[in-house]
Amino acid sequence: MEAVLALAIGTLTASGLWLLFRPRTFQVVLGLCLLSYAVNLFIVAAGRLRTDAPPIVGKGAVDPAQFVDPVPQALVLTAIVISFATTALLLVVLLAARGLTGTDHVDGEEDDL
Amino acid sequence: MLEARYLLVILALPFLGSLASAFLPTRARTLAAAMAGGVTFAALGLLICFYPALADGAIVRHTIPWLPSLGLDLTVRLGGFSWLFALLILGIGALVVLYARYYMSAEDPVPRFFSFLLAFMGSMLGLVLSGNLIQIAFFWELTSLFSFLLIGYWHHNQSARDGARMALIMTATGGVCLLVGFLLLGHIAGSYDVDRVLAAGEAIRGHALYLPALILVLIGAFTKSAQFPFHFWLPHAMAAPTPVSAYLHSATMVKAGIYILILFWPALSGTESWYLIVSTTGLATLLIGAWAAIFQQDLKGLLAYSTISHLGLITLLLGLGSPLAAVAAIFHTVNHATFKASLFMAAGIIDHETGTRDLRKLSGLVRFMPITATLAMVAAAAMAGVPLLNGFLSKEMFLAEALEAHSGTILDRFLPVLATLASTFSVLYSVRFIHQVFFGPPPVGLPREPHEAPHWMRLPIEILVLLCLLVGILPALTIGPLLTTAVSSVLGERTPVYSLAIWHGFNLPLLMSAVALVGGAVLYRLFGQRLNAMQNSPVIGRLKGRRTFETVLSAIIEGARGLRGVFGTRRQQVQLRLLVLTTFLAVGLPLARLGYTAGPVAGTLIDPVFAVLWMLGGVSAIAAAWQAKFHRLAALIMVGVAGLSTCISFIWLSAPDLGLTQLLVEIVTLVLLLLGLRWLPQRRSDFWAGSIAPFSVRYRRGADLLVALVGGAGIAALSYAIMTRPTPEGLSRYFMEQAYPGGGGTNVVNVILVDFRGFDTLGEITVLSIVALTVFSLLRRFRPAAESVEMPLQQKRQNAFDDARKGNKVGDTARHYLLVPRVTMEWLFPVILTLALYLLVRGHDLPGGGFAAGLTASIGIILLYMANGTRAVEARLNVRPVRWISAGLLCATATGGAAWFFGHPFLSTHFSYLDLPLIGSVPVASALLFDIGVFAVVVGTTVLILIALAHQSIRSPRANRSEDGTAQEATELEGKG
Repeated sequence: MEAVLALAIGTLTASGLWLLFRPRTFQVVLGLCLLSYAVNLFIVAAGRLRTDAPPIVGKGAVDPAQFVDPVPQALVLTAIVISFATTALLLVVLLAARGLTGTDHVDGEEDDL
Repeated sequence: MLEARYLLVILALPFLGSLASAFLPTRARTLAAAMAGGVTFAALGLLICFYPALADGAIVRHTIPWLPSLGLDLTVRLGGFSWLFALLILGIGALVVLYARYYMSAEDPVPRFFSFLLAFMGSMLGLVLSGNLIQIAFFWELTSLFSFLLIGYWHHNQSARDGARMALIMTATGGVCLLVGFLLLGHIAGSYDVDRVLAAGEAIRGHALYLPALILVLIGAFTKSAQFPFHFWLPHAMAAPTPVSAYLHSATMVKAGIYILILFWPALSGTESWYLIVSTTGLATLLIGAWAAIFQQDLKGLLAYSTISHLGLITLLLGLGSPLAAVAAIFHTVNHATFKASLFMAAGIIDHETGTRDLRKLSGLVRFMPITATLAMVAAAAMAGVPLLNGFLSKEMFLAEALEAHSGTILDRFLPVLATLASTFSVLYSVRFIHQVFFGPPPVGLPREPHEAPHWMRLPIEILVLLCLLVGILPALTIGPLLTTAVSSVLGERTPVYSLAIWHGFNLPLLMSAVALVGGAVLYRLFGQRLNAMQNSPVIGRLKGRRTFETVLSAIIEGARGLRGVFGTRRQQVQLRLLVLTTFLAVGLPLARLGYTAGPVAGTLIDPVFAVLWMLGGVSAIAAAWQAKFHRLAALIMVGVAGLSTCISFIWLSAPDLGLTQLLVEIVTLVLLLLGLRWLPQRRSDFWAGSIAPFSVRYRRGADLLVALVGGAGIAALSYAIMTRPTPEGLSRYFMEQAYPGGGGTNVVNVILVDFRGFDTLGEITVLSIVALTVFSLLRRFRPAAESVEMPLQQKRQNAFDDARKGNKVGDTARHYLLVPRVTMEWLFPVILTLALYLLVRGHDLPGGGFAAGLTASIGIILLYMANGTRAVEARLNVRPVRWISAGLLCATATGGAAWFFGHPFLSTHFSYLDLPLIGSVPVASALLFDIGVFAVVVGTTVLILIALAHQSIRSPRANRSEDGTAQEATELEGKG
């Protein structure tokens, strides 16, 4: 499982990085989406892999060893929502820039090749 | 006796007055002055009440803990010496306020002037009342800042702006040096507390860091007190209104450096380096200032250089290192403040009543303004050191100290001669000042007809001159006790025996004084008339402080510009590549040093379904990267597949909350990006038609691919290494164990979010709200590109089809599109809302919570929009996202704040069980209220962003018709929002 997840994170990161370096704004937006998947998975993976051990505890005494680490999950939960907000902000900024500059190049002007 | 905390009142009064004055009407000159005077007198009264507490070197302190762990407290501290300084600040401050009321023109925005002046007064008080090094440095910078504002008060004047900038740069640079010096001192002494630093004098002087600390502190003090070679900013600061020159640039702010030198004199002085640096700097400043003052043609310029010279004298005294010299320094600081402030005020009157400050044009004014002339003569005599005036007493002490051998170096032999010479210069420029302005033939060609100033304007000078006389004639009765208190608070056991008598018998200092007085007078007699023809000071006229300053400044600016040209780029792609490559470096260096190994923990067994899941996810991620340029919709769907794989993985890896939230965010993100697609330009794939892309393009793509692959491989290796290592003991144990007993919930993730780390979550939802409002305001001014404004191709085709077909109206096809799903979506609305509420309520114990519930509810609303179209929905349902956001934020903050009423820290939660009929015992935690706040914010944010974007489509056809149309649409949306 670890190897599969590591490869998955790697693939998402590589695809995200490639898109991040592209000149068109939409590519960059998608790249950031992919990167945020990768980063969120990475953080969750840092809490180690456990199946069928969600951090829903009973009301009595708790043995932490029986549950997966909840801290990375708490970190990622807000990160997911925030990443939606930042994607929206980025998209709107890019749309506004496109309206103002007439191009969807990330620099607001076409490359002079 | 007053309690120590009233010191805080003294400190706060000027700042409050400053704030109040800033809000007065522009023309309220008298009101502003009255208020400033009242504030100053109130603070002065309080200060005087503290005097009895300070006898015998006692110190009044009051500490408010701030960051005790870092040794940072807000400490107010009043000793005899700082009391004397505070008296100068408030006493002369009061006189300057009165003077400024008559000096300032009714056309100037005078309340602003008083606002700055009071703020400066507060900063200066803060400086002398501080009991903590960092606090001193803070107020030190504040005085620089307000000095800048005051010098530049007539900001329409180029020289005022230049002078202000120069003063700020010089003194603020010095302030940075002072801060670093203080940090070193605090490090050596082990505390930033002034009294503990003073007590650690022995350790400080013996420490290896003593010299750097000393030099840094001295640079700070010397820049502020205009010591050579940093003195040049002071003459340029004379562009300030004269009350400012009298107050800041002679009596108080330039003495701040002196204050620091005296305050830390017991801890820092007494070493060879102190003696060499401080006394030579003081001596050079004394001589250069006095020499330059002789040749000034500007009244205030003469006084400025004279101030520099007198500051040099005080510095020299402190450098000598003997306790008697320190007494003389403190005494002369007070004396100089009184006579120089009165001289500046007199110069201001002359300028005010004649319209010029040029010594060459002024002459014979004694006929027109006899009283001012008399006052100026007495003050100038005090400056020259004439007997029976205060300047004489401290100058005698200075000359006596100059005669003492202090170091056994060659300086001892020259010091008496040089001191007499400087005194002679001082007499010479004082005589010139008086004779040139007040005597001789009546002036010709003055801009204004000279006459006596109003009485109230003269009153401050009269008081100061009276003090000069009183101190000069009855020193032991007037200044004596104050001086004793001040000296004993600084020197403690080392307080020397000194006498403040006027007559010490015929001795060498008296002879030197006499030589100086006669010599100065004779020199003026011989060369006086020639001085008017001088443009520059001989010998030192070549020292162009200002030009050096400008050259260095422009070199710095040019250098920075050059560096930006070399290293800076505005291209986002280059920046991102640099960012990623830097990350590679940061990861690569430790890897190269320590090597890479997988951890010892055996991996869990591979589940084939999981492997297949990620085969799908990985392929779609790559496909998305491949197709994002030309096939945006396809790429978007592919990203969605990768997102779903992520979502399933979360659930697989025991993170049901994450899976749920990811799924919901996936939906809203998809809607968001779909809404955005319409505004992007068409991109055709035949850009390099017929030929392959140029080499540069292929090279760039190759390099990017390489970086992306290395990055992906790196992060994969890194996460594998982490996952195969045992878990370190972290915070989780505490959170797990306390979730139910402490937080009242069994869903640990949710308890962490709304309880343990509730403050972080409050920050998160605030960020969300800000982002939503930013998106909203950006879209209000949205101008789509011209080609996107047109009706989309698909819609045109549909309309053409409707046109061609009989019985169809335009728009029918679109209206009937997906009818059945639309009805279903509409009916799902209440179901989805119920689900959202369910998720919200159960969130504390089971997967769910405010974030998931908020997203669910907003998806319900979005579905409604998608099913019926924007206009139809808004005709029936009025969602007000901005209200949702504000209500949510208020709810979350109020829940947190409610804890205060029960005496708990912010955001402490409380929970208990509530017995409801039918349902039974229900756990109720105050965290649920907080979660409701989160819920409302998330609903508001998501809906606001998506609706604002969706509205662009219905307003765009009108966008180029008229500007008004757009504006109207925007206000409509605002009404809805």
